[in-house]
Amino acid sequence: MSTLPILQINNVRLGYKQGRDFKTVVDDFSMQVPAGEIACLLGPSGCGKTTVLRAIAGFEPVYAGRILLEDQVLSEFDRMVEPEHRRIGMMFQDYALFPHLTVEQNIGFGLRKARPEQRRQRVDELLALVRLSDLRERYPHELSGGQQQRVALIRSLAPAPRLLLLDEAFSNLDTEIRQKLVVEVRSILKQSGISAILVTHNLEEAQAIADHIGTMKDGQLCAWQRRTQADIAA
Amino acid sequence: MTVPVQAALSSTHRWPPSQWVAACLALCVLAPVLVLAALAFSGEFGHWQNLLQHVLPVAVSNTALLLLGVGVLTALIGGGSAWLTSAYLFPTRKLVTWGLLLPLAVPTYIMAFAYLDVLHPLGPVQTLIRDLLGYTSARQFRLPDLRSMPGAIMLLGLVLYPYVYLSVRVMFMTQAASLLEAARTLGCSRREAFWRIIVPLARPAMAVGLSLVLLETLNDIGASEFLGIQTMTISIYTTWITRSNLQGAAQIAIVMLAVVTFLIYMERYARRRQRYAITQRMHPIQPVQLRGLPALVAMLLGWFPIVAGFIIPFWFLVNESFKRLSSLQAISAELLKATWNTLSVSLTATVVTLAFGLVIAWSARYARSGTARLLARCSSLGYAIPGTVLATGLLIPYSWLDRIISSVMNTLAGIPPQLFIMGSAAGIVCAYTLRFMAISVGSVESGLARIPPSLEQASRSLGHSAFQSFVRVHFPLLRPALGAAALLIFVDAMKELSATLLLRPLNFETLSTWLYAEAARGTYDEGAIAALIIVFAGLIPVILLARTQLKANY
Repeated sequence: MSTLPILQINNVRLGYKQGRDFKTVVDDFSMQVPAGEIACLLGPSGCGKTTVLRAIAGFEPVYAGRILLEDQVLSEFDRMVEPEHRRIGMMFQDYALFPHLTVEQNIGFGLRKARPEQRRQRVDELLALVRLSDLRERYPHELSGGQQQRVALIRSLAPAPRLLLLDEAFSNLDTEIRQKLVVEVRSILKQSGISAILVTHNLEEAQAIADHIGTMKDGQLCAWQRRTQADIAA
Repeated sequence: MTVPVQAALSSTHRWPPSQWVAACLALCVLAPVLVLAALAFSGEFGHWQNLLQHVLPVAVSNTALLLLGVGVLTALIGGGSAWLTSAYLFPTRKLVTWGLLLPLAVPTYIMAFAYLDVLHPLGPVQTLIRDLLGYTSARQFRLPDLRSMPGAIMLLGLVLYPYVYLSVRVMFMTQAASLLEAARTLGCSRREAFWRIIVPLARPAMAVGLSLVLLETLNDIGASEFLGIQTMTISIYTTWITRSNLQGAAQIAIVMLAVVTFLIYMERYARRRQRYAITQRMHPIQPVQLRGLPALVAMLLGWFPIVAGFIIPFWFLVNESFKRLSSLQAISAELLKATWNTLSVSLTATVVTLAFGLVIAWSARYARSGTARLLARCSSLGYAIPGTVLATGLLIPYSWLDRIISSVMNTLAGIPPQLFIMGSAAGIVCAYTLRFMAISVGSVESGLARIPPSLEQASRSLGHSAFQSFVRVHFPLLRPALGAAALLIFVDAMKELSATLLLRPLNFETLSTWLYAEAARGTYDEGAIAALIIVFAGLIPVILLARTQLKANY
């Protein structure tokens, strides 16, 4: 059953200015992500998939077309909502955990407007979700790669974003841990009902996590596949 | 060929020759410190009491004030300009980004030398201000005297801030972007992210830059002398030169070494945190385009340290040199001699330092023992020891060595007794070698770290000995690192003043001591030309640094 789209990208053009010229990276790109579902953009390095993700997050301007989240226009030509006002979470390839803050402080970072007891409760819940409650006092460098990945995931989930973006979030892990974590992340996202977009160049990873797989090549979306529960389980 | 097990085992326990060289050099660096400690605590307690009552309170409080002031000023200018050039786009930003490094080419004593004339009550700046305000004489209007603590803080701050700028900017360019973006996806505005992420993250890099600034401030002798600030360095110098009290000088030097130890501890502590602050993906912060008034303000802020820290003193030196040259028609024989002395001493010190650095770094890599690494660290300690302290500590070992060499030469060759080290430039070359060994060891170590062990293994498997492999594989690959180190050592040696002042033989002048003597006499005659030669030499590594460090980060 397909629900209404939470994210709509309509005929977007992305790129950068090089002197007086404009270099197009992504052109006439459109996609929709239904609420509560996980989409994946798959493609080789340099195909523009990370640029699309960064544009959704608000780090890249849109030169044509528009990006909408829950019918709110986030980006269009010459106009964009600041990243901090989008309520879109992002998980980075290098996790971007703040090295000067403990695990607990990292997770609570996006909850600064919550009351201290509420913040603590939310952090506790999230730590329990990924079974890392014992490591709350540790600093990022004292965690393994898999643990850092989980902390980065729950940090981005903590402020209850409307959409979660994952930028090659599993690429720094070895195969065994990656396979486990992909399944775990899918189940956490489904439990929390958060829509997500994953960017990857790994087909297996995409097949294990996504409800929709979009294939990109040279800045264009060349295929969009809706997957069934049976496909994902297989 | 097979080697008996016993022989193979015993050979692994024997020190290779390179490690012996490293040990000798480490001993040479430690010797002055040990001599100073022995000297400081050997005399009567009364000496200490006198020192504590009359000398140290003024010297320590002046030094502390100077360190504090220069620290705050360089943190503000260096940290602020690093953020300005990383986070904002404004007209001339590229030029500002590398121009901010230029004051590195101006030694502190040349800065003071230039500004004392530029800001003299009868100098160009004050005359212009008086003309604009309608005053006719210096009695009616004059700016506050530069020969004061605020004056010294300002001048030292304006030439030393690039140490902070460089280390903080590299941190911004390599690490800050993804963390800043992560903070913004978690609801922080740019301003909030600056205070909550950028400032705490910049602290380790700031501390590293600041420790270099403070070591340079401690090392300074010329600027403090010209500006009349009685620092600990000046106290050591005057206690020995004016009062011939070596023990008193050693006592002040020991107190100074305690300050240095604290600064090094601070730097190490900061680096320990920096180690885990490195993230894997490196991409610079996306700068914000400024337009209109904000762009103008950013441009003015960016240009201010360049104009005050480089363009004004440089323009003054060029102008003065041109005036001297056109009136004298030729450079004096004394200045030519001082230039020759400077070049020959610096070049010799560069070659010796590089050769030792190569041996020590090689030993540390291949001995694979804690001892070899410890020796490499010990032999690099000289960089942190202020020149005046090192020179004071070397006086006694030098006179011992002179006595030994003299009696040996007398017995063997019948040469009449003379000072072979103290009476020649050899003493200065040795001091430079000890002081700049860290540059050589550090460069070679980082160069070697980039050469994978598999290259040597391949060479050995193709029939080359360890030495042949070094000559044919490592040396060509190390050439860029050695070239960079040679340049830095050469220029640092050319600029060196504090140790040279104490260790030079009679009637032996280098460009820096020539300049010091001119300024001390207040004659300024050819001082500007000497200063200009030093600044031009200093510009070469700064330009190369700007090209290599900043190019990749645009």
